[in-house]
Amino acid sequence: MNAAIVVEALGKRYSITQSGRQPYSTLRDTIASGVKRGVRTSAVKKAEVDFWALQDVSFTIGQGDVLGIIGRNGAGKSTLLKLLSRITEPTTGKIRIRGRVASLLEVGTGFHPELTGRENIFLNGAILGMSRREIVSRFDEIVDFAEVEQFLDTPVKRYSSGMYVRLAFAVAANLDPEVLIVDEVLAVGDSQFQRKCLGKMKDFSTSEGRTVLFVSHSMASVRALCTRALWLDHGRVRMEGSSLDVIRGYLETSMEGGETTRSLETVKRLPGQGERLMITRVTLNDGESVQHGEPLRVRIDYELRDAVADVAFGVGFSSPEGVRMMSLDSDLESERRNLGGPHTGSVTLMLPVLRLQPGRYALDVAARSGDNVSLDYLPACAWIDVLPGPTTPAVIIRETGGVREPAQWHWDGDASPESGAI
Amino acid sequence: MQEMVIEAGHAERNYWHDIWRYRELFWFLAWRDILVRYKQTALGVGWALLQPFLTMVVFTIVFGRVAKLPSNGVPYPILVFAGLLPWQFVSRALSESSMSLITNTNLISKVYFPRLIVPAGSVVVSLVDFLISFALLAVLMAWYQFWPGVRMLALIPLIPAAVLAATGPGLLISALNVRFRDFRYIVPFIVQLGVYISPVGFSSDVIPDKWRLLYSLNPLVGVIDLFRWAITGSTLYVPSLVISAVVIVLLLVIGIWYFRRTERTFADII
Repeated sequence: MNAAIVVEALGKRYSITQSGRQPYSTLRDTIASGVKRGVRTSAVKKAEVDFWALQDVSFTIGQGDVLGIIGRNGAGKSTLLKLLSRITEPTTGKIRIRGRVASLLEVGTGFHPELTGRENIFLNGAILGMSRREIVSRFDEIVDFAEVEQFLDTPVKRYSSGMYVRLAFAVAANLDPEVLIVDEVLAVGDSQFQRKCLGKMKDFSTSEGRTVLFVSHSMASVRALCTRALWLDHGRVRMEGSSLDVIRGYLETSMEGGETTRSLETVKRLPGQGERLMITRVTLNDGESVQHGEPLRVRIDYELRDAVADVAFGVGFSSPEGVRMMSLDSDLESERRNLGGPHTGSVTLMLPVLRLQPGRYALDVAARSGDNVSLDYLPACAWIDVLPGPTTPAVIIRETGGVREPAQWHWDGDASPESGAI
Repeated sequence: MQEMVIEAGHAERNYWHDIWRYRELFWFLAWRDILVRYKQTALGVGWALLQPFLTMVVFTIVFGRVAKLPSNGVPYPILVFAGLLPWQFVSRALSESSMSLITNTNLISKVYFPRLIVPAGSVVVSLVDFLISFALLAVLMAWYQFWPGVRMLALIPLIPAAVLAATGPGLLISALNVRFRDFRYIVPFIVQLGVYISPVGFSSDVIPDKWRLLYSLNPLVGVIDLFRWAITGSTLYVPSLVISAVVIVLLLVIGIWYFRRTERTFADII
């Protein structure tokens, strides 16, 4: 196997000054402390705390591998990507990368709102490392992929956020690197476009043999895209291996089990999420246990900062491997609603009978507005245990998973009821 | 296939080669800033003309009429304008480049490229206003029927000299600005003071001879004197030019050195 990336004993230390949260200082403070130091002969050392964002991280990625990087917020995922893309320097260790690298840590880096779509394509392309000639030769493909042809000469500040994301991703998707580094950019934009992007990334790795590194909170995306996964925990590698094994290991230990209510106000979100509408709490069955075969009630509390039209809420249950088992979307059963003015409110969904097999599920909660733009998205925000209920048959094999529906069965052939004599 | 090694404290071996590779991004960033600048201001190009024009009027009245400083027969507005051209360019380039890293925080924390191209690009952007002001100089010369002759061609090599004079301090202050956030308050102060301690509104001949060498420690003295010589044919005081040139080179070396030294931590502290 040809190694595309070799990482050896990588570490990154940040110094946090205790006085302020800002990493930069002011001249005034520096002079002031210098004067103090001069007055008292003993050195007054600024209280600094070392924080290792990454420590002793080693791994190897083969050429053509698609590696998913998972872990909780603050585990060091973004720091790792920043080191790999040369934005910041490691404190210890070494990285060896073979081939041209393109990193996509954000959608639309360097987009300027005053410039038109056309101008931004060139600017963003150059920022991502394309030459002018490359951009010109791929211009039509980019425009096609983004589906923004008639708005090419409109300043992007007038674009809807969906269009903006599409354009930004389209530029990145037409990069031609040997190694692609992607940070969670797929979680924005509408679901149809997300699928298109995932498809593009999959093609990129399978048919063209490129190496991809992909950070995501969405276990489903990692599972769909990645062959291998790396789990970071407090700046160290907790587990590395096939993506299925790692995802399973991660989900089993990363969340408290059996929650039925969870406050979501302080959960770290992706940029742009939870700004206009924030989901503040999700409660299942008023805090009582969730049981198979019994009714399920999910209440979503939200806080609205600004009127939004055509709002829909959605709740999803995924297996520990990140496979979605059940989706409940408000706009399929009822119409979308317009939410006016800042207020707090809640929506409650009722399911007469919960058919999910007993077991553990990751809960996803989301709110979307008119053009399928995500208002707030909280993937795997709680860990739900579905318990066997009073009507649950004694023999249920968990491994079959998913949903057990009471179907109608018809037998054609020589079959007689159990109770009948043969 | 190229192999890249990223290591702690590993001085970038091909840094200057990288800058060459990223030259297109350099032009794209400059192009973006120019586009945005002229799209956003309603007056656009008009502003680039109005500002030096009004400054020239005020300086002509204050230094020429009120203080009655000598001009050796050159129309005072042209004497002022010859100093104003390099001054406005250098002061604008300095203000823009010193803030450039902060205004491009987003880029610096999300993409790799040699950071040097950001402040250097802002210097180039300021050149556009500078070239526009030349149109105003042409109008002034026609109005006063003042023609200095082929000596004006000397302005062509002088423009790069002005660029270098702005780049050194620009790099230094832009890097200091990332490290010390209150440094930004110092630049407007330097600019405000600089217009009076540089020979903008008056010829540097009015400075007494014994102070002249000390005065030339201000690198702009040499640049402005040469501009004024090329435009109005004033006499040149060579020792002061040498001192200014040495200071310009020194500031450039210090600027690049400090910038390179702090550059790799920009993304961590910006």
